[in-house]
Amino acid sequence: MTLIRHELRQGRTTLIIWTSVIAFMLAVCILIYPEMETQMGDVGSMFAEMGSFSAAFGMDRLNFGEFMGFFGVECGNVLGLGGAFFTALLGISILAKEEKEQTAEFLLTHPISRRKIVIRKLIAMIAQIVLLNLIVIAVTVISIYAIKETPEVRPLLLLFLAYFLLQVEIAAVCFGMSAFLSHGGLGIGLGMAALLYFLNIIANLTEDAEFLKYITPFGYTESADIIADGYLKTEYLAVGMVFMLIGIVTGFYRYCKKDIL
Amino acid sequence: MDAIRTTSLTKYYGKSRGILDMNLTVEQGDFFGFIGPNGAGKSTTIRTLLGLIAPTSGYAQILGMDIARQREEILTRIGYMPSEASFYRNMRVKDVIRFSADLRRQDCRIEADHLCERLELDTHKKIRELSLGNRKKVSIVCALQHKPELCILDEPTSGLDPLMQREFYTILEERNQEGATIFVSSHILSEIQRYCRHAAVIREGCLLALDSTENLGHTDTKRVRLSGVGTPPDLPHIKDVQTEGSSVSFLYGGELHELLRTLAALPLTDVNITEPDLEEIFMHYYADTVTEKHVP
Repeated sequence: MTLIRHELRQGRTTLIIWTSVIAFMLAVCILIYPEMETQMGDVGSMFAEMGSFSAAFGMDRLNFGEFMGFFGVECGNVLGLGGAFFTALLGISILAKEEKEQTAEFLLTHPISRRKIVIRKLIAMIAQIVLLNLIVIAVTVISIYAIKETPEVRPLLLLFLAYFLLQVEIAAVCFGMSAFLSHGGLGIGLGMAALLYFLNIIANLTEDAEFLKYITPFGYTESADIIADGYLKTEYLAVGMVFMLIGIVTGFYRYCKKDIL
Repeated sequence: MDAIRTTSLTKYYGKSRGILDMNLTVEQGDFFGFIGPNGAGKSTTIRTLLGLIAPTSGYAQILGMDIARQREEILTRIGYMPSEASFYRNMRVKDVIRFSADLRRQDCRIEADHLCERLELDTHKKIRELSLGNRKKVSIVCALQHKPELCILDEPTSGLDPLMQREFYTILEERNQEGATIFVSSHILSEIQRYCRHAAVIREGCLLALDSTENLGHTDTKRVRLSGVGTPPDLPHIKDVQTEGSSVSFLYGGELHELLRTLAALPLTDVNITEPDLEEIFMHYYADTVTEKHVP
C-alpha cells in the first residue's frame, strides 16, 4: 500500500487537472445542447452531409439532432482525445520518471522487489484511470439530468466502457515503452496518442484504410458503431486487449532486468 | 561469514569497462574504505552489489546471501547511501524519511528524529529547497534510521561541511562499535586513512590492493623534508619534489643508507623523515603501478 499511496500522491495534481478539464468540457458540451438543438433545426442533416468531413467524425451515421448522436461525437473528441493524452502521459512516465528524476536509486534499494514495484505502479496507474472516469461519468450524468434529457442507458454505458478500455490500452502500451526509457518520453506518449486518433479518422475516410481500426483503440470507441449496434466491435476490441497485454508483459519483463544507471 | 564477498565480479556496459574480475572481501564488523579516482568503478561495484545493475559475469554475496537471488532479504539488512542524493522533489524531508521507513515496513521514528537532530536537519522543508549538503543528510538518515547490519555509503561526505563530516563519521564509528559493518567509498584518502581499518584501492575497474590502511600506507617510500637546502639531493627514486624557500620536500623510494650518506654532506638545519600519507602513496605509487601490481 505504501508505494501505491505514494504514486497516487505524486500524480494527484496532474490527475486533478486532467479530470477537471475533461469533466468541465464535457459538462459544457452537454449544457449547451438544448440551445443548439433549438437553433439547429435541420442543421443536423447538414452536418451529416459534409461528405468525408462528416465521415471522419462518424457524423454521417449519427443524428446530430438527437442527444445521443450529439453526445457521441462530443464525447469522442473530449473524453477520447483528452483521456488518451492523459493516459499516454501517465503510462509513459510511470516507470521512466524514477530514472529521469534520479529517484530510482532510492526506490530500488529498498527491500521491495522490482516485480512488486511494477505491480504496485500498475495498480496505481489503473486506479487513477478509474478515478478519472468515475468523476467524468458522475459529472456527465449530473449534466444530462440538468438539461432533462433521458438518453438510453445502454449505449451511454458502452461508450464510457469503450473509452475506459481505450485509456487502459494506451496506458498499458505506454507503460511497456516506459520500461525502456530512462529520461522522459512524454513526447513519444503524446505523439502516439495523437497518431492513434488520426489513424481512426483516416480509417473512417477511406475503406482501403479500414484495417487501421484494428491498430488504433479509437476503432472500438467509434460512437456511430456503438449507438447503431448496441455493442462494442469485438474484433477491434480483442486486438486492442492483446496490445494491452503485450504492453504490460513487455514492461514487466524489461523493467525486472533493467540496469539502473 | 563475510559482510561482502565478490568472486570475479565483472561488468561491461556494452563494450566499455565497468569493473574487471573484482575479488573483494569485507569482513563483518569491519570499517572498510573503498578508494579510487572518479570513474574507477567504485559506484559500478556498489550498484552491482545492490542489484541495480546485473553483473556481466562473476557473482557476489552479501551477509552470506546471493545478490542475484536474495536481493530483497539483503536490502532489508543493509543501508545504502547513493552518491547522488536525489529524492522526490515535491516531498517534505520528513515524508521522504517516513516513506523510506514505510517501504522497509519498520517504525524508525525515534532513530530518525535522533539522527535529524544530530545532523541539524530541518525536516519540514521540501526536498527541492535543500542544498546538496542537506540532501546528503536526508540520505544519511534514510540509510541509517533502520539500524542496518551493513552500511554501504557511496561518496558520503561530498557536499557536507567539515563539522558535519566529523559528526557523520562519529555516528558511523558508533554504529561500527555496535557491530555494524561500514563500507565507505571515497576518493578522499585522508578520511579513509583516518577512519577505516581496511581499505581496497581500485583503478580502471581493477582491484589494485586490499589490506589494512596501516599496511597500505606502509611502503618502502618515505616522505623526506629538508631545511637549509633549496634543491633535493641528486639521487635516484625521488618523486614529487616540493620546494618552499630554503626547504625542500620529496618522496624517496630508494636505499635508506644512500640517502643518509648524501644528507650527511649537506648543510642542513633540520631533517624530517616520515611515512607518507595514503594520499601521497595513492598519487605517486598506485597511480603508475596499475600494470605491475595486480593484487587478486
